[in-house]
Amino acid sequence: MNGCIVAFCCEHSAYPAADLAGKLRLHYPENIRVIRVPCAGRVDVIHILKALEKGAAAVLVLGCEDGACHHITGNTRAKERVKYCNMLLKEVQIDGRPVAMFNLSPNAPHKFVSAVNEITKIIKESGR
Amino acid sequence: MATPFREILKTKDFVVTAEVGPVKGSNVSKAIEHIELLKDKVDGLNVTDNQSSVMRYPSLGICLLIKEHGGEPVFQVTCRDRNRLAIQADLLFAYSRGVSNVLCLTGDSIDVGDHKEAKQVFDLDSVQLIHLVHTLNSGKDMAGNELDGGIDFCIGTTATPSADPLEPQLIKVEKKLKAGVSFIQTQAIYELDELKRFTEFVRNRDEKVKILAGIVPVIGAKMAAYMNENVPGIFIPQHLIDELAQAPKGTGVSKGIEIAARMIKQIKEEKICDGVHIMFIGREEKVPEILEAAGLL
Amino acid sequence: MIIAERKPMEEIKQAMAPYKKVLVAGCGTCVAVCWAGGEKEVEILASQLRLARSAEGNEIVTLEATVERQCEKEMVEELKDKVAEVEAVLSLACGSGVQTMAELFEDKPVFPAVNTTFIGMPEKEGLWVEMCGACGDCVLDRTGGICPIVRCAKGLLNGPCGGTRKGGKCEIDPEKDCAWVLIYRRLEKQGRLDLMREYYSPRNFRAVKRPGRVQAVKA
Repeated sequence: MNGCIVAFCCEHSAYPAADLAGKLRLHYPENIRVIRVPCAGRVDVIHILKALEKGAAAVLVLGCEDGACHHITGNTRAKERVKYCNMLLKEVQIDGRPVAMFNLSPNAPHKFVSAVNEITKIIKESGR
Repeated sequence: MATPFREILKTKDFVVTAEVGPVKGSNVSKAIEHIELLKDKVDGLNVTDNQSSVMRYPSLGICLLIKEHGGEPVFQVTCRDRNRLAIQADLLFAYSRGVSNVLCLTGDSIDVGDHKEAKQVFDLDSVQLIHLVHTLNSGKDMAGNELDGGIDFCIGTTATPSADPLEPQLIKVEKKLKAGVSFIQTQAIYELDELKRFTEFVRNRDEKVKILAGIVPVIGAKMAAYMNENVPGIFIPQHLIDELAQAPKGTGVSKGIEIAARMIKQIKEEKICDGVHIMFIGREEKVPEILEAAGLL
Repeated sequence: MIIAERKPMEEIKQAMAPYKKVLVAGCGTCVAVCWAGGEKEVEILASQLRLARSAEGNEIVTLEATVERQCEKEMVEELKDKVAEVEAVLSLACGSGVQTMAELFEDKPVFPAVNTTFIGMPEKEGLWVEMCGACGDCVLDRTGGICPIVRCAKGLLNGPCGGTRKGGKCEIDPEKDCAWVLIYRRLEKQGRLDLMREYYSPRNFRAVKRPGRVQAVKA
């Protein structure tokens, strides 16, 4: 997992979007590890931390658009957890590695790609 | 030598007391200056006790100086820094050196002061302190032991007539009256209606206690706002803040004195209460100006 | 229940600095409820420590364990195998739990990862407020069920003091209510203001001679 971007993808939105991006042969960096989850809200703080411990350069949590979560508040919880996680990382001065949340719909492969590109850019800029 | 305060309370129509604030340090020269300036112009001189929870030269020390210089001290005792043993011991000492007036206060919390990590004692509260002095006055200590050499303090306390809500504060005032006090020096008064209401409340319960209205001159609109926010028990009304704001630059102090003197005059003329207690900490040298402007000299 | 707050990370890191293998031990009761030291918090703190130490090039190995109540010897004893493997224990329990660990495993340094603060209850989710001062001489019958020992900033028995802020807020903190104003309102509602008018003599500060010791008898 060293140096790669771990992307927790909600199976209702981000996962099909990532799949579609692949089918459409849209270009995005190769070092992505996609992890399918039933909902972005299933991702716990410890999952993010452990991904970083295992060497991830960044962690993405991708869930449904606001108001479209199949589990009603999963994406909202995910957002709060990502925020909390960033605070925890700052506490131990490991905030150089980005942890971010993105919202998208299943038919938005471009959004998936731009999320990945954005994070890759941040990683490059921080010198990792 | 000054007339004992308890006698003045009984005989004088309008009693005037002021305050001396000790400095932070062992240099008492300024305090002596203030004592010399004020001792003959007022009926009693209070000395604050680590006021606003800021550590200073002790009240008792300045009280002894006042005695030495022929003035009449009022020993302020708060419950914040000392437990019941220390307070009883201090009272014995004070009395043995001729200090015989005590003002019983709860005391500001540690947080408003400059030693913010200190322990707050509050072994007693102000009502219990009043009872304690009576106990000592009767020749026994709090544990019931006979004293070898008693004390006889004239007891006073404070009150906050502008408290909001007022009712809980009045319940406490009632307890203090029941415990038995000879005088009340109120927190700063800025609204005379509040003072009238307060005096009526007290008179209905105790005809003898003397009420001295607290006068704290405010020398600027900014200071007023600061005090409202940071000084416990102070509530300066907007119309006074406005009056101060309109005063020309550099005239803040004289405006503050003018307002204070105006209030004192009115209190005296309308006989609203039995006197005033002037608190102008840091500017003790200006107190004679207030007395003059109020026609009290 | 007992409320605690995790210590500043710097303090914890400094405490763990000399060690390479530690047990991060949580408690499943009070500190778990107030989100300070339960299983979840143990997981997260252990991970944070590993991340931080890894970045410093000074790896730390953490064992993790959470017992139901860290203040019970029988439950803490279950950890003995894990404790044997480590150099030190980082306990997320309240002071009572930390000391139980320290007593059972006398040869191992035990460090507190939380500051135990007070006995309290949740005012709303995640917001804990102090309620009881463990004074050993409960006067809640006289104050309409509002503790003057800890909810009054000065612990007055004949309150309020003269420093109450406008609207009945406490002298020390405008966010906090003056306990005596609360007591007044509660007793007024119940028509029992006579209780507030009564004089209460000085508190017995030795009602609990610390360290406290109580022998209970099972019914």
